[in-house]
Amino acid sequence: MNEFRTPERHPAPVLMDDSPDTPLLLEIQQLRTPQIGPLDLSLHAGEVVQVAGPSGAGKSLLLRAITDLDRNEGQIRLEGHPRHTFSGAGWRRRVGYLPADPAWWADTVGEHLQSGDEHWLEALGFTPDVRTWTVDRLSSGERQRLALVRVLQNRPRVLLLDEPTANLDPDNTRTMERLIRDYLRESDAAALWVSHDADQRSRLGGRLFTMENGRLTESNG
Amino acid sequence: MNVIALSPMDLSLAALLVIALAALTSRVGMGLSRSLLVSATRTVVQLLLIGLVLKTLFEHAALHWVAGMAAVMLLVAGREVVARQGRRFTGWWAYGIGTLAMFVSAFTATVFALTVIIGPAPWWEPQYAIPLLGMLLGNTMTGIALGLDRLTQSAWQQRRVIEGRLILGQTWTEAIQDIRREAARSGLMPIINAMAAAGIVSLPGMMTGQIMAGTPPMEAVKYQILVMFLITAGTGFGTLGAIWLGSRRLFDERERLRLDRLKLG
Repeated sequence: MNEFRTPERHPAPVLMDDSPDTPLLLEIQQLRTPQIGPLDLSLHAGEVVQVAGPSGAGKSLLLRAITDLDRNEGQIRLEGHPRHTFSGAGWRRRVGYLPADPAWWADTVGEHLQSGDEHWLEALGFTPDVRTWTVDRLSSGERQRLALVRVLQNRPRVLLLDEPTANLDPDNTRTMERLIRDYLRESDAAALWVSHDADQRSRLGGRLFTMENGRLTESNG
Repeated sequence: MNVIALSPMDLSLAALLVIALAALTSRVGMGLSRSLLVSATRTVVQLLLIGLVLKTLFEHAALHWVAGMAAVMLLVAGREVVARQGRRFTGWWAYGIGTLAMFVSAFTATVFALTVIIGPAPWWEPQYAIPLLGMLLGNTMTGIALGLDRLTQSAWQQRRVIEGRLILGQTWTEAIQDIRREAARSGLMPIINAMAAAGIVSLPGMMTGQIMAGTPPMEAVKYQILVMFLITAGTGFGTLGAIWLGSRRLFDERERLRLDRLKLG
């Protein structure tokens, strides 16, 4: 992918960590905003990378910077293609960000969803008539589950998840985790997952980073 | 024309009515008398001044004087648009967007009316050019001020929704389109209402003035229709242009919502 670089001068980064042995998907170098960074991070196909850390440490700002919602500096590549080769909208379709409190603007659920993909709605416990429900009546848990379907419908290559199960009961939490896992495996996608829940972290496994004062450090275990 | 000239005495009698009103409001303690009197005085001074200016302009009809007058009117209108913004763009954009949109739409409509429709000789004859431009600028200014104010206020209040749409991969145009539509509505509503009510609820001022000055009513009505259409086109194109420029400015080249480009007015 880096055909301009000569291997002698720039050897491929040696993976000192326990990154999976799958192709590199998202490569972040020297990402920086006034509040966070500089930080480096790479995500491999099929992988879940978790981010923990106290509130106010900049976890949401990190996700906003990666999805290019806030101004930021640094290099980000998706499957080798630099971010600036995508339009803003095109980038955000491929790097899907699910904020902790997603916004709804139209009256009914259906107006926020694309057609098709009933299997995801069913898997999360909704009947097809959910599209006619009014958004005002949704519980916070229902909103969270529907927001996941909404972002998955873009078929993103990378998911940026900001506490996606914060308002869910244990059953729905497991269902959602399973659904995301299945999506990552089937689509060779990767997820950056912000979670406060230690049990969830051990269930999800994978690499864990801690964010503090805008910096990321890899934690052991 | 057979106008009955007004003497200073006639105007003083009308002024007595305003003074009586001020006295009444002061007696019942409504606290309006002061601003009533100040505004009344301003009306007298400002209108006498513009009367002098127009008199001089008509006597020395020259294109550069007319153009100079038009430029002053435009710049003052641009300032007025900025003053009416709750949240204005930073830097020159606050002034530039409104003034540019007004310039393009109001001047185009005026020049079009003068050269193609009315056709005085010369086409910039101040007796026609200045009143027409004044009516167009005044209304365009209101439309643009309302439209831009609505655009920036809504964008500020609905930042979560706009960003929520952006993160789902919508383009900036899609993400702002609802707000843009509302802004265009609020900019165009006054003139749409004015057209709908014209002649039934209200007799438009220009037509009334022409009739009092001795113009046959049907001629005055035709002029009023012409002016209404010009105002509608000028306001409409100006408002849409300003909203387009303003909404473009709310996003950057990466289609990020840039509310840091707004500040409290």
